[in-house]
Amino acid sequence: MMNRTIIKPVAVLGGISAIMAMMLGFVHYSTLKPIAAAQNAKILAAISEVAGEFDNDPYAEKQLITTPDKKQKFEMYPARLDGKLNAVAIKSYTNTGFGGRIDLMTGFNVDGSIKTFKIISSNETPGLGSKTDEPRFKSQLNGFHPQKQILKVRQDGGDVDAVTAATISSRAVLRAIERAFAAFHNFNSRGDDDK
Amino acid sequence: MTNKSMENLTRGIIRENPVLVMLLGMCPTLGVTTSAGNGLGMGLATLLVLMLSNIAIAAVKSFIPDIVRIPSFIVIIASFVTILEMLMQAYAPLMYDALGIYIPLIVVNCIILGRAEAFASKHSVFQSLLDAIGMGLGFTLALTLLGSLREMLGNGSLFGWSFLSENASPILLFIMPPGAFLALGGIIAVVNRLKGEK
Repeated sequence: MMNRTIIKPVAVLGGISAIMAMMLGFVHYSTLKPIAAAQNAKILAAISEVAGEFDNDPYAEKQLITTPDKKQKFEMYPARLDGKLNAVAIKSYTNTGFGGRIDLMTGFNVDGSIKTFKIISSNETPGLGSKTDEPRFKSQLNGFHPQKQILKVRQDGGDVDAVTAATISSRAVLRAIERAFAAFHNFNSRGDDDK
Repeated sequence: MTNKSMENLTRGIIRENPVLVMLLGMCPTLGVTTSAGNGLGMGLATLLVLMLSNIAIAAVKSFIPDIVRIPSFIVIIASFVTILEMLMQAYAPLMYDALGIYIPLIVVNCIILGRAEAFASKHSVFQSLLDAIGMGLGFTLALTLLGSLREMLGNGSLFGWSFLSENASPILLFIMPPGAFLALGGIIAVVNRLKGEK
């Protein structure tokens, strides 16, 4: 009989799946909090790296700011020291990297100049495009003001030296920073912030 | 420990090394070994999954009808991989960032299904565990070796510790995908030569 031969395999496979599903559920619930904490810690570490010292909880004061074309929303984290706004960290991204999407966090001083930035996640080639996150490239942007200088690589008529053999990655990183700046500028000029 | 146990434990490390001799699991091997640290991390993650899956499969093998053998193995392996992924994300986020997209790929690593099918489904729990440790260590060893070679040639560093000056230019090709094939080919050639002389 067909029925006989099919019942046992179905029962066994079903049983194994049920047991495994229970284990998965258990691990999922018990790691939910640690995973969220690890992700928060990562963002906080990026904020403190780009925005300098702060004594508030930037995560709790997160705001969404829009780019001038109103297409994207970026997360902005204010970093305050003794209640005074010290710098903001803006998380932005671009899809124009050599390996696709690049997520980065940029720190801006109150006057709009760049403090520094930190790449949060990217698929750039290790040893080439990944060098955009190293001091040699990054230090060029310390104190860089996107309205006084041109935030583009030299090949495109800008004021930033691209990483050798990684012009596309350098361009993409600058593009993401520029988008963060545009959104920040847009937010400031609306004058509805709480500074 | 009997001879047979010893044999099961050590076989995978060199003589039947899953990567260098059997050429199994090439996808993670070529993909993640851009640095020695990544190779070691991926090797250890695979070792852990292999141990868990071999134990579980050896323990339940007699209940599983032949007709659903492979699906059952896949369910077991995939669950262990997912559990490992969640634990890593929670407790080793740095490692998770480095290996991220390759962790789910452990499911389809043919070493794991291969050992489940060829060994754990025919042997006792203890022997299967020994086999998993041996094969897992062999895999880890091969990946770490390949990662070290590629990192040294392609980035001038080892485990992140740089030994070249700022201005020296390493052979970038070895960090990029074609370099994985070249480096692996070189290592396999050396291993074959050493084996042939025995």
